[in-house]
Amino acid sequence: MTTAITIKSTSTDVSNLPVLEISNLAVGYRGNEGFQRVVHEVSLLVRPGEVVALVGESGSGKTTTAQAVIGLLAENGRLEAGAVRLNGTDIAGWSQKRLDAIRGSKISLIPQDPTSSLNPVKTIGAQVAEVLQIHRQGSRAEIDARVIDLLTRVGLSQPVLRAKQYPHELSGGMRQRVLIAIAVALRPALIIADEPTSALDATVQKRILDLIDELRHEYGTAVLLVTHDLGVAADRANHLVVLKEGRVQEQGPTAEVLASPRSDYTRKLLADAPSLGKTRSVSRSISPRIHGRDDAIVVENLVQDFTIGGRRDVFRAVDGVSFTVQRGTTHAIVGESGSGKTTTVRSIVGFQKPTSGRIRVDGIDVMSLHGDTLRRFRKTIQLVYQNPFASLDPRQTIFQIVEEPLLNFDCPPREERARKVQAILDRVGLPQSALTRRPHGLSGGQRQRVAIARALVLDPQVLVLDEAVSALDVTVQAQILALLDELQQALGLTYLFISHDLAVVRQISDTVSVLHNGRQVDSGFVEDVFLRPESAYTRELIGAIPGQRKPTGTDITRSMGAER
Amino acid sequence: MTSLNTIGRSLLRDDTDIPASPSQVLRRASSGGRWLKVIRDIQPGLVLSWFIMAVVMLWALFPQWFTSYSATVGVARQQLRAPSAEHWLGTDALGRDLLARIIYGAGNSLTGAFVAVGVGLLVGTTLGIIAGSARGRIDGAIMRSVDVLLSIPQLLLSLSIVILLGFGIVNAAIAVGITSIASFARLARSEVVRVRASDYVEAAFGSGGTFSRVLLRHILPNSLTSVIAFAALQLGWAILTISTLGFLGYGAPPPTPEWGLLIAEGRNYLARAWWLTTVPGIVVILVVLSANRISQSFGRARA
Amino acid sequence: MSRYVIGRIGQAGLVLWAAFTVSFILLQALPGDAILIKFLNPELGLGPEQIADIRASYGADNPLLVQYVHTVANFLTGNFGYSTHAGVPVGDLILANLPPTLWLSTLGFLLSLILAVMLAALSALSPFSWLRSCIQSIPALFISTPVFWLGILLIQIFSFQLRLIPIINPGPWQALILPVVTLAVPISAPLAQILMRNIDHVLTEPFVAVARAKGASHRWVLWKHVAKNAVLPTLTIGGILFGELLAGAVVTEAVFGLNGLGGLTQRSVNDQDIAVLQAIVVFSAAAFVLINLTVDLLYPVFDPRLRVRQGAVA
Repeated sequence: MTTAITIKSTSTDVSNLPVLEISNLAVGYRGNEGFQRVVHEVSLLVRPGEVVALVGESGSGKTTTAQAVIGLLAENGRLEAGAVRLNGTDIAGWSQKRLDAIRGSKISLIPQDPTSSLNPVKTIGAQVAEVLQIHRQGSRAEIDARVIDLLTRVGLSQPVLRAKQYPHELSGGMRQRVLIAIAVALRPALIIADEPTSALDATVQKRILDLIDELRHEYGTAVLLVTHDLGVAADRANHLVVLKEGRVQEQGPTAEVLASPRSDYTRKLLADAPSLGKTRSVSRSISPRIHGRDDAIVVENLVQDFTIGGRRDVFRAVDGVSFTVQRGTTHAIVGESGSGKTTTVRSIVGFQKPTSGRIRVDGIDVMSLHGDTLRRFRKTIQLVYQNPFASLDPRQTIFQIVEEPLLNFDCPPREERARKVQAILDRVGLPQSALTRRPHGLSGGQRQRVAIARALVLDPQVLVLDEAVSALDVTVQAQILALLDELQQALGLTYLFISHDLAVVRQISDTVSVLHNGRQVDSGFVEDVFLRPESAYTRELIGAIPGQRKPTGTDITRSMGAER
Repeated sequence: MTSLNTIGRSLLRDDTDIPASPSQVLRRASSGGRWLKVIRDIQPGLVLSWFIMAVVMLWALFPQWFTSYSATVGVARQQLRAPSAEHWLGTDALGRDLLARIIYGAGNSLTGAFVAVGVGLLVGTTLGIIAGSARGRIDGAIMRSVDVLLSIPQLLLSLSIVILLGFGIVNAAIAVGITSIASFARLARSEVVRVRASDYVEAAFGSGGTFSRVLLRHILPNSLTSVIAFAALQLGWAILTISTLGFLGYGAPPPTPEWGLLIAEGRNYLARAWWLTTVPGIVVILVVLSANRISQSFGRARA
Repeated sequence: MSRYVIGRIGQAGLVLWAAFTVSFILLQALPGDAILIKFLNPELGLGPEQIADIRASYGADNPLLVQYVHTVANFLTGNFGYSTHAGVPVGDLILANLPPTLWLSTLGFLLSLILAVMLAALSALSPFSWLRSCIQSIPALFISTPVFWLGILLIQIFSFQLRLIPIINPGPWQALILPVVTLAVPISAPLAQILMRNIDHVLTEPFVAVARAKGASHRWVLWKHVAKNAVLPTLTIGGILFGELLAGAVVTEAVFGLNGLGGLTQRSVNDQDIAVLQAIVVFSAAAFVLINLTVDLLYPVFDPRLRVRQGAVA
């Protein structure tokens, strides 16, 4: 069958023959309830050298579609109908054994999570070499040399050393480079990139996507890019395929879909995507309420040290952070992983004692609190966590969860508590029927509403939102952000908004602090920081926001058209 | 020795750690036909396990309902009879009905198992909860003592304790229970530590909860589920170990019907009466299998 | 690294010392007095003074703390005391009984390894899910089977029904077959379960999907990626398995009437022979501690993640 593919790909009309053609694909999973179809009649084309983005929210079937193409569905999954043509040959019905011959050589994969996608007990070199060994590419010495070449090509410093190292000795970005080296090793016709950068920081994400772009140009490889991030898709893809609940909503050239979406769903996605949105922040920007009010949060020269290992090594997680937040406004703390943003917040909420500095929340000196005064302080400030699956006790009903803070303080009589809980549930837009349910019966967005309700039931002054919308799909994220905005207007709340996502920050906050390696490198009004960043780091961070390169997508198509 | 701790947990946890399959996600989506779902979700193996446990429990409580024969007094001239309509499982060398001895033996074996699990559960879980909640030096002291308990092989430890307390079914059960304290303590501690580290416990502190309230409302309920599943697993293990002690002669004294002792007594008639050893062994296996299966279902329900 | 090794050895020594103390407290607080049991026998016709003399010669009259210090000192110099029942040094008794048990348990352990790996491999390679769940339920059955009953059943089948192995005067190897199988089956069960669970777990890891995407076959993946990741964690139950092996030997030797440490243990319990039992307890605790120490020190050799991290944080 390998020969069949090579014959076809060397035939005369190369440019017209798609690398990948999926037609009427249907995939289902066998579960306790019998067979459930999750992908319905999906059809799409990937031409040589082209990037096609498969865009959708969780449960849209985008990953299932990609897995079906490479023949790696979960054990209970089955490709029910349709054709998957690779260079004209239908591989949909192929056995695993036949597929083994083309996987890695004709079609390869860049996986989502670089931390767990490399075997922890094998060296980097061995794992890159493996793909060459499986497809019998040369002698041992040739393979070793090729491995070093590949590691150099994907931009790893000291490739000879890296080849001898184990995955845990490399950073996430470096591991993703190794996985890219494996994917391009045999110059396949098609690479499936399944959320290749979702687990990485924004600046690393940009560099990795640039690398993929570069290599596919060099090798003429086509890419099927699976992503939830419309911004990434807009930047990198020639074609967009929008999926929802296993069906194609719309597909076409990127520029066309972005400029004039035909389906309602795509329109909604575009409107909700913070990176592509027409910056609604303009409307809220600096409102009059910001002037002449007292400060809800004052942080001065905050320092937080941690001891690691023995008592000798001291790690400074937060180094001299200062900012003030005026009552009724939103202050964002932005940074990548390890920037110290979460540590800062935990000190402000009173979960840990800072090494030095000063924190005042609503006039209270947080650092002087302990025991019962600290407990009383909780009425002033409340925290909403990133993961609503982990922050709600799975054994409690929604009513118990929201009621609990009331029991901890004045403990009003039963009827009043019930009234309060019902009122707050209305406030956050949850139906009363949710009261008797448990968290696992709710969707992610609904759970986050419950978490917000629990935080608000004590009537706090300040709400700290620790990546509170980061785990949610864009449409849900937009709803929660709208809810937060509405609550702030109605209750005069002060928000401390922690995020890695600059696009969201720009949309929701008034002032911002940018943290990098524990230091505050920029701060001020959002528009000032975004338009006139002081530090190089902030500039890089802003440059890495996906969705800014809309024109380039079309450029690529044009240049490719010219090549033909 | 923390490595042991993790493996101990992975042993107990069964397959709850395997990530949710798409089917599980899908199952939540569809709602209608609740009764249909209940019927479809019935697992025959689990139902059978509960049935076996129920029967054995009834044997233990009301043995006279199930047999008219005596467990200790034999019938003259009916020695070593093969299974028949009269004696379903045959008789032993003294003409005693084997079925009656098994039924009356259930009381001894189950009492022993419950005492053993009770001792381990109460003492071990309490120690584990204290260690997990207190942390620091108390935690260190408790867990080091648990390490010491673990370093003596369980059978030798229980034999030493049996010597101390004297032979007999309750003493054997207490000995077996003491040897399981270490595992209960480790499990309870690791569960408490796991739950304590969760976001919802921090959120409970963050909304003004005092330590005792958070402990009662969140930490204990969420950590005890796997302890209970483990207790069910230990029940099967205790039945096995107590029957082993009985077989070695450290359990109930001879005329008493006890499953391990029954097998030991039947050993002398291997060539003539196969049923005397085979049948009680099968009963033990069935009961232990059922306990393990039930324990497994507790583990699944938590996930 | 060397600091870690020294610390780990010190910790092992501490656990061993504590285990010794526990066994001392348990067995010295004993209500039954082995000396009285033996010498109060009226046939010996010993008077109370003579018995008191004998007690003094065994050191049973001294205060507990003095006895404790004496026993510690004796154990450290390799003197495990005298068996009150047999009247010979405990060290000699253990040495005499060690070889048969060592043979039995080594063979039993090897067979259980073979059984466990076979079951795990069969389940991993079986093409049908129903076959796999059948194979995976075998260890559950093994775990629920009383060891002594299994031994009796094997005797019944192979000696009485099939008459393959004579009961009276079997050859030295013939005599070992059934005991080894009896010992191996229950030990293989937890091993097989852990192996199977680890294999299933590793198969869901993303790096396995990556390997498949490279074009690796199912067998290649099992052999080159899953095997090492699945086998490594089983090392950590080495100590526990040793305890099971010893318990299994006690029961197996009782069933088949063999001589060895197991038989010695049973006799010492029956005769309340404290010195012997305590020596056995301390001996096995030492073996347990030693096995765990070895595993902990060797583990980094096999698992690169636990090797010294020289500035890997940056």
